[in-house]
Amino acid sequence: MAITREEVLHVARLARLSLSEAEVGRLRDQLDDILDYIRQLEALDTRDVIPTSHAVEMGTPFRDDAVRPFGDKEAILSNAPDRIGDFFRVPRIIED
Amino acid sequence: MHEWSLLDAARKVRGKDISSRELTRALLDRIERANPKINAYITVLHEKAMKDALACDEASARGQATGPLHGVPVGLKDIFCTRGIRTTCGSRILHDFLPPYDATVAEKIAASGAVLLGKQNMDEFAMGSSTETSHFGPARNPWATDRIPGGSSGGTAAAVAAGLCFAGVGTDTGGSIRQPASVCGVVGIKPTYGRVSRYGMIAFASSLDQGGPVARSVPDAAAVLAVIAGHDRRDSTSVDLPVPDYVAATGKDARGLKIGLPREYFEGEGLDPEVKAAVGKALAALVAQGAEAVEISLPHTSFALSAYYIIAPAEASSNLARYDGVRYGYRAKDAGGLIEMMSKTRAEGFGAEVKRRIMIGTYALSAGYYEAYYGKAQKVRTLIRRDFESAFAKADVILTPTTPTPAFRLGEKTEDPLRMYLSDIFTIPCNLAGIPGISVPCGMSPEGLPIGAQLLGNHFREEILLTAAAAIERAIPLPRVAPVEGT
Repeated sequence: MAITREEVLHVARLARLSLSEAEVGRLRDQLDDILDYIRQLEALDTRDVIPTSHAVEMGTPFRDDAVRPFGDKEAILSNAPDRIGDFFRVPRIIED
Repeated sequence: MHEWSLLDAARKVRGKDISSRELTRALLDRIERANPKINAYITVLHEKAMKDALACDEASARGQATGPLHGVPVGLKDIFCTRGIRTTCGSRILHDFLPPYDATVAEKIAASGAVLLGKQNMDEFAMGSSTETSHFGPARNPWATDRIPGGSSGGTAAAVAAGLCFAGVGTDTGGSIRQPASVCGVVGIKPTYGRVSRYGMIAFASSLDQGGPVARSVPDAAAVLAVIAGHDRRDSTSVDLPVPDYVAATGKDARGLKIGLPREYFEGEGLDPEVKAAVGKALAALVAQGAEAVEISLPHTSFALSAYYIIAPAEASSNLARYDGVRYGYRAKDAGGLIEMMSKTRAEGFGAEVKRRIMIGTYALSAGYYEAYYGKAQKVRTLIRRDFESAFAKADVILTPTTPTPAFRLGEKTEDPLRMYLSDIFTIPCNLAGIPGISVPCGMSPEGLPIGAQLLGNHFREEILLTAAAAIERAIPLPRVAPVEGT
């Protein structure tokens, strides 16, 4: 079950990665290798096994739904690559 | 004085045998000389460290030196957010990121009185086993600078081994503390999942990531663990259990401990005979001190790597979706629209290994594949957990090699990702099961490269690991400070 060029491009679109021609080819080969190795899991019968999402069993922790002000707004905004006042500026979203 | 242990340095500052400024100055000078050779630090805080050392000395003069690491210089892997101090995670995409808040680990290290020397090199987003994927260039092994220092916490392990800090804190998702500690000849602990808060620790695979200490001795590592462990309301997966006296555990007797030897870890063909022999000596040391060896089996070991290379990339692809060039970090220039800006930003901001893992993870989570990959891997994770549950019914600790071979050469595995992944084969099952693990030096190869033994324990049984590791350390004396050439 080899992965196709189209699948690589589809996954790259989902992941918002614009890949070069060379990267598409290389990733196709490498993903093939890695997925091929990973498929050894098919040999295991896991029909009656409950999946583990959290290795250390504990209940759902609760806390009060209370607002805690952060304070230093400028320390956050000053990291923005582009801003206008207190807003993050991005390229046009809707084309004319 | 760079070769002192962390606990000795702390005692000397407390007893006013030396000032924090003298100690900090000495280490900054050593960093100046040695860092160009091993690239262990991404950012060195020359001025801030001296200012903090002065504040420590002033507090000592007023009789207000309260923290256990008062005045002692340490380092942090550049994955822990530090308020106002550049935090890159080894990536171009965060090359200029100034966090607006401190990670809990950074806060606790500061509260212990320790002086932060700088932020240490790492594989980009902690994805790698050699620190070669860092955007800031590879770190090097101080024992042999043509060799890798391991990864992803390679900068931290190299800095500790080279005497460029008294201890550091790294993170471990599939071996990223234990593997570099092993190949650099120092001690590294991956605590139980939930033992150390992940708040402000840049996320790679949230169900596996855990912060932990790297130091030159078991008691030193225990002292750092005691500082950083504990419950944190800001991390809902952190566990509310009391923090035991970890340093005291390193002085306990190993007599009567049952040491489990999993046959699957010793029978694989990739295991270097020198590593096998060195781990055999660690076992002999424990047995000589009254411990008992028991054979055990962890039958699903050979499936752990596959399960890991679905779960970790899947979680990473989701965690790394936040890097889009909008709110912080790198943004690509000259993009027409928003989607193009994001896709170009990520293409230019991430390196090859990070892109590869995002692709694997996105593929494994995409429509039609979720059950076959992620669902299956989570079930295999249950089987691996059960393996350990049965093993801990027979053994108190499990002894294995940390890595199949000593440090490999730079460039040796960069062209073959799957071979690179296989270097973590002994460390990955521990993360999947959420149990604690420690790597302790147990020998040197004939070429002078360090070899480490790994001990694994049941959930929240860090104390037993510390007792057993300290027993190995006392029985097998080894040099811990690497003589970096020309320093």
